[in-house]
Amino acid sequence: MNANLKTNGSRKKGRPVYLDYQATTPTDPRVVEAMAPFFGDKFGNPHSRDHFYGWEAADAVEKARRQIAALIGAEEREIVFTSGATESNNLAIKGIVRFHGKRRGPALAKPASAGEGRRAEPGQGNHKENRNHIVTVATEHKCVLEACAALEREGFGVTVLPVAADGLIDLDRLRNAVTDNTVLVSVMAVNNEIGVIQPVAEIGAICREEGAFFHTDAAQAAGRIALDVEAMTVDLMSLSGHKVYGPMGIGVLYVRRRPRVRLEAMIDGGGQERGLRSGTLAAPLCVGFGEAAAIAAREMADEAARLLGLRGRFLAAVMAAIPDTTVNGSMDSRIAGNLNLSFAGVQAEDLMAGLKDLAISTGSACTSASVEPSYVLKALGLSDEMAHASVRIGFGRFTTEEEVDFAAATLTAEVERLRRVNPRQSASAA
Amino acid sequence: MGMENSVYMDHNATTAVRPEAREAVSLALAVTGNPSSVHGSGRTARRLVEDARDAVAALVGAQPASVVFTSGGTEANNLALRGWPKRAKVLCSAVEHASVLSALDGIVEIPVDGDGVVDLDALEALLAEGEEGSALVSVMLANNETGVLQPVADVAAVAHEHGALVHCDAIQAAGKMAIDFGALSCDLMSLSAHKIGGPPGVGALVIAGGIADDWPLSPVLRGGGQERGRRAGTENVPGIAGFGAAARAAGEGLADFARLGGWRDRIENRLGGHAGSRVYGFGAPRLANTSCLTMPGVEAETQVIQLDLAGVAVSAGAACSSGKVEPSRVLAAMGASAEEAATAIRVSLGWNTTEDDVEKFAEAWIQVHGQANVQAGAHAGAYAA
Repeated sequence: MNANLKTNGSRKKGRPVYLDYQATTPTDPRVVEAMAPFFGDKFGNPHSRDHFYGWEAADAVEKARRQIAALIGAEEREIVFTSGATESNNLAIKGIVRFHGKRRGPALAKPASAGEGRRAEPGQGNHKENRNHIVTVATEHKCVLEACAALEREGFGVTVLPVAADGLIDLDRLRNAVTDNTVLVSVMAVNNEIGVIQPVAEIGAICREEGAFFHTDAAQAAGRIALDVEAMTVDLMSLSGHKVYGPMGIGVLYVRRRPRVRLEAMIDGGGQERGLRSGTLAAPLCVGFGEAAAIAAREMADEAARLLGLRGRFLAAVMAAIPDTTVNGSMDSRIAGNLNLSFAGVQAEDLMAGLKDLAISTGSACTSASVEPSYVLKALGLSDEMAHASVRIGFGRFTTEEEVDFAAATLTAEVERLRRVNPRQSASAA
Repeated sequence: MGMENSVYMDHNATTAVRPEAREAVSLALAVTGNPSSVHGSGRTARRLVEDARDAVAALVGAQPASVVFTSGGTEANNLALRGWPKRAKVLCSAVEHASVLSALDGIVEIPVDGDGVVDLDALEALLAEGEEGSALVSVMLANNETGVLQPVADVAAVAHEHGALVHCDAIQAAGKMAIDFGALSCDLMSLSAHKIGGPPGVGALVIAGGIADDWPLSPVLRGGGQERGRRAGTENVPGIAGFGAAARAAGEGLADFARLGGWRDRIENRLGGHAGSRVYGFGAPRLANTSCLTMPGVEAETQVIQLDLAGVAVSAGAACSSGKVEPSRVLAAMGASAEEAATAIRVSLGWNTTEDDVEKFAEAWIQVHGQANVQAGAHAGAYAA
């Protein structure tokens, strides 16, 4: 990493140290640079096929598609651009279940009609027709659980698997849950709150054996761990631009072509993205995501090694200085840039309020304004009290040793202060 | 092709990003923060989103709380039509955008007249058929191919008498004419950033306050509960900031935009006088910037290729992905003959169009027309010989 980039991450005057890389990542300056012309002279609509401006934008979008495909071992034709991981997850889950599953409830969705994505090919010997059961996991992102809940209201069956205390799913339990009635298994690759990496390849193998489609939300995994849709036998994979140092407002759904995976579109119109996702593609955002994917592919291994060092340094300092600190989730199967810590007797809300110089969080950003304890931590078996005593700390590309040391010292001082002013709480927890 | 000083006359497909919007995007890209995060970085991002919401609301005279940000106009139109699953029938004008007409099955089309204006009597009759109070009516404010304006306030009045929900796709109209959401009295309005000089990848659905009791929304995207539960997904902060800046700039530039009408008329007069070019929707109120005009005897595809070679970018119709040339559904609904409609191109001026662009386009068009006539003449001559 060059010196120029490092300055981006060092603590700017009056700005808190950013340690919330699972909520969003800074847009890499190289990504900003790649996008700039497409906010300027290269403003064409990539679907305008009548003139140079359109072709120029379309070429750039296709290059980005190749860059993203390369990051996950896919073909470029298997990459469908969306507005983000929430849309990708909604499209993957609702799209495949509505296309393949048998409707037991009222037929709310539009049946297959125009567009490649909607055409049924009954002659293909598809044994997944009429399946109406979905398997997912208690620690999935809210948008996955919400999409499954919406399908449940439409009459599909949903099994939500528990996780062990380390946040990992039990593969035998999964194998038992997947039946010949299961159309889709959706398990995230990396959890957004605890950074735990699920055994994606093993899950993929089970799904393939049982004839169920496998979707994985890899928004937190891309650029952190190696992903390969072939080796992992993934049918659908969701990615997000702004979690890999790319821009916000752009995501991808990988849709397997061999064997063909078919979806019902959720947004219809001009028929873009082979009918799977209508709407003018945002060329600058596609370009930015493509560049971010290319950078991630090149730098992922070195970056992970560096972050592992920083995280180790931070954790060692905190564990040595703050008694009654626990790490939530597996430390063995976890991305390098995440920690989730509980400080017995301390309210995370109070801690956050006292740490104006640190941008850390109590959990998922979506629900961070909520007073409910984290459902992810609850799924690991934490009490409400311990879940409320937990914070998520995310390290990333622009995190420096200086920032980590500052954060550890600041955090230590604030936890000590809170335990001092409220000894009853810490005593009761001890 | 793609020469440095080429003339861009396809602003209805997408328009150049305004400098104000570029600046806002650029500044927002330097801010790291998820607007749902409660820490300082998140709150900075949240402020950018809320400032933009104010600006977008102001452009169309709506309340900021009514504005729901989406990934673009297509998503806004899909949410407008699919978000209310309990409607019994859906009526849309025959000239709506594909993202409205293909959002649902079973849409009933409201016919338009020869100028492309929706037939209010026909709407009344369609609403009177069947169950009251359960219809969704969707009529665009300005057409993307012809620029023809619809009497949306009248449509809304008729529709509301029957208890219907009224949606207006104002994607092509916003920033090109003054819009008052309240005066149009529609319940829902779709907007797109990249059509007003904002960045692509952002749009909005304006949802009138007070409709929630009768029409509970069923969101298309579910998840983290962003946009007050109406549209999940981390907000595209730089895109939204750019949308807000573009809305402000477009609002301030409305008078300048109206003046494009003079140049548009100059084009139409000159080409009409030169070659008998016909302008679709000429008899109706239109956007100042749009002209859908024919070059008698010359296929649209030939025109756009020849004009592109001459450094002029126009369109043979809506920018979509089909890749094949189909007769315009909009012109067909207006009763145009397929043969004549096949010779129509769309010329659309924009906020940065210059008088020089207008002249260059007119000259290039006349040249293309002349060449085609020479070829046709030689062809005819060969037959005559």
